[in-house]
Amino acid sequence: MDKLMSIFRRESAVIPVVSIIIGLLLGALIMLIGGYDPLLAYESLVTKIFGSSYDFGEALRSIVPLVLCGLAVGIAFRAGLFNIGVDGQIIMGSVGALLVGTKLSLPAPFHAIVAVIFGAILGGLWGALVGYIKAKRGINEVITSIMFNFIALYLSHYLIRYFMPQAGTQRSAMIQESASIQIGWLSELMGGARIHWGFLLTIIAVIFYSIYLNRTKWGYELRAVGLSPDAAEYAGMKVSKVMVRTMFISGVFGGLVGTFEVLGVFKYIAINSVTSGLGFDGIAVALLGGNSALGVLLSGMLIGALTYGSQGMSFGAEVPGEIIRMVIGFIIFFVAAPGIVRLFFRPLFHKMKKKV
Amino acid sequence: MDIISNLINGTLVFSTAFIFAALGGLISERSGVINIGLEGFMVSGAFFSAVIAYYAETAGLGKLSPWLGIIGAFVFTAIFSSIHAIATIRFKANQVVSGVVINILAASSTFFLVKLIFEGSAESPLLTTVFHKYKVPLLGDIPFLGNAFFNNYPTTYIAISLVIVIYFVIYRTAIGLRLRAVGEHPGAADTVGVKVNRMRYMAVILSGSIAALGGATIVLTSNGNFAFNTISGQGYIALAAVIFGKWNPIGAMLASLFFGLAQAIKDQLQIFEFAARIPNEFFYMLPYVLTMLVLIGAVGKARAPKALGEPYEVGKR
Repeated sequence: MDKLMSIFRRESAVIPVVSIIIGLLLGALIMLIGGYDPLLAYESLVTKIFGSSYDFGEALRSIVPLVLCGLAVGIAFRAGLFNIGVDGQIIMGSVGALLVGTKLSLPAPFHAIVAVIFGAILGGLWGALVGYIKAKRGINEVITSIMFNFIALYLSHYLIRYFMPQAGTQRSAMIQESASIQIGWLSELMGGARIHWGFLLTIIAVIFYSIYLNRTKWGYELRAVGLSPDAAEYAGMKVSKVMVRTMFISGVFGGLVGTFEVLGVFKYIAINSVTSGLGFDGIAVALLGGNSALGVLLSGMLIGALTYGSQGMSFGAEVPGEIIRMVIGFIIFFVAAPGIVRLFFRPLFHKMKKKV
Repeated sequence: MDIISNLINGTLVFSTAFIFAALGGLISERSGVINIGLEGFMVSGAFFSAVIAYYAETAGLGKLSPWLGIIGAFVFTAIFSSIHAIATIRFKANQVVSGVVINILAASSTFFLVKLIFEGSAESPLLTTVFHKYKVPLLGDIPFLGNAFFNNYPTTYIAISLVIVIYFVIYRTAIGLRLRAVGEHPGAADTVGVKVNRMRYMAVILSGSIAALGGATIVLTSNGNFAFNTISGQGYIALAAVIFGKWNPIGAMLASLFFGLAQAIKDQLQIFEFAARIPNEFFYMLPYVLTMLVLIGAVGKARAPKALGEPYEVGKR
C-alpha cells in the first residue's frame, strides 16, 4: 500500500510539472510558426516580473486573486461541485465593498474591515444560492452559476449607474480613503505597486482552506460528499446542507477577490461588458494545484506570474501576450488528460515504475 | 401589428445563432459528452468565417464569399472540436474541464491569430459582402406573417431546417437510435454492436461544427467582422437552451427562440414611453432571470442523458 501511494504521489507531482514544460514548449513552437523569437519572448516575460521593485510588487498583487479563485473552485471541487460562477461571486463582492466604501462613513481601519466583511458575505450568499438551488431542485450548478454570472454582471451595472455613478464616465465613484486596504509604506517602498492587506488575508485563507478540509468535521463531511454523495447520505450526513455551506465558503473566497480589487487596487469598478474571467482562471489554478491548499498556492503563483509577465512580451519581443493564455490552456489540458502526457513520456514512466 | 411582426422577425434574427449552437450542444450531449466548449466553438466559427469571407471578398468572389465563410467555419471548426473529442473520449479528460480549455484556447488563439494576420489590429476588417435578408416569393408578401417569418437571413432558414433534420435523424433513424443508446447506456449499446466511441467522436466533432455556424451567423449577418467580444457569452446561453429544451431539438429551438425574444423585446419596447423608464440593465438581465425562474419553477427536474459525463471503456458493461 505504501508503495502504491508513493507512485501516486510522485506521478501527481510529475504530471503538473511536465504539463507546464510541454505547455511552455508548445507556446514557443507557436511563436516560432508565427515568426517570433520565443527565447526573447520568455526572457521579456521574466524581465517583466523581476525587472523592478514596482513590477515585482505588481506581480505579487496579481497573484492574490488567482490564489483565491483557485481556493474557491477547489473547495467546491472537493465537494463534487463545479463552481463556474466565481466570476459572479467576485462581482457581488466588489459591489458590496464598493457600496460600503462609498456610502458609509467610518473611521479608518473599521471602514475597510466592514467593507471587506460585507463584500465577502455578499459573494458567499451569491454562491450559497447556487448551492441551495442545486440541493433543493437538483438543477445542475454549472448552468445556474453561468446564469448567475450574467445576472450579477448586469445587476452591478445597474447598482453602479444608479447609486454610485461617476458623472460622465463608464465607471463608479471612488471609495473613500478610509476604506482603502492599501499598505502605504510598502507601496511606496515598491515604487507605487498596489500592495494591500489582502495579501496577508489570502495567506490566512490558504491556511484556513487546509485546516477546514483536513482537520474539521465539516471538512470531513465535505470530502465525503465529494467522494460519494449517496454514501454520505447513508452515513447520516445532510448532503444538501454540505452543498449550501460549501458553496457559501466558495463564494466568500470569490467575494474576497472582488473586495480586494476594489479596496486595495482600483478603488472603483469599471463598467465592463464582460466578466473578468478570473473565475475561469481559478479552474486552471485549482486543477493544476490538485485542489490542495499548497498546490493552489503554488499554481496560483505560477499562473499569476505568467499572466502578469505576459504584458511585457509585446513590449520586449512584440509577441501578443495572448500566447500566454494559450499556454495556460495547454497546461490545464494536459493536467486534465494525463494520458496525453504519459503517451509522450511512456518510456520515462515505464522506467520509473520499474525502479519502484 | 407592425410591432408584433417586427418583434417576431427580430426574435428569429437573434435566435438563429442560439439555435445552431444549441443543436450542436445537443448532439454532443446526446452521445454522452458534455460540451461547455460551445462558446469556444462559436468563437472559432466567427473567426474562420470572418477571415475566409474577407479573403474571398478581396479575391473578388463577391456574393459567394459569405457562403465560403460559413462553409469554412464548419470545416475548420471540425478540426478544432476534434481536440475536445480526443481529450474526452480517448484520454478520458474531465469533460467540463476540457470544455473550459476549449473556451480559453478559442479566445486566446483567435485573438493571437487576428493580430498576426491583420498586422497588429485587434479585430478583422469590416466585410462589405454579408448575407442580406431574403424575402421568400409569394409567402413574403402575406401581410403580417410575411414580414414576420418569410423575410429573413438565409442562415435562419438553414437553422430551422436543421432543427427538423436533426429531430428526424435522432428520433426516426437507426443512427439516431444508436446516438441515444450511446448516451443513455453505452454498455448495452456496445453489447449489441454499436461502436460507442466512434459514435461519440462523430457527435462531438459535428457538435463543434454546427455550433460554429452560430458564430458565423453573427459575423455574416449582424456584426460584419470578428472581434474578441463578438460572441461574449452567447455560447453559454445556448448551453442553457440545451438543458432548458430538455435535450430535444424542438425544445432547444423553442428555448433559443425564447432567449432571442428576450433580446428582441429590448429593441422593440424602447418605442414605448413606459419601457424607456425601465433601466436597460433589466432587459439585459431578462433572459437569465427567466431561465432561472423557469428552471426552478415550471420545468421541474430536467433529465439529462444517463451516461452524460462518463467516459466509456470498452468492456465496461
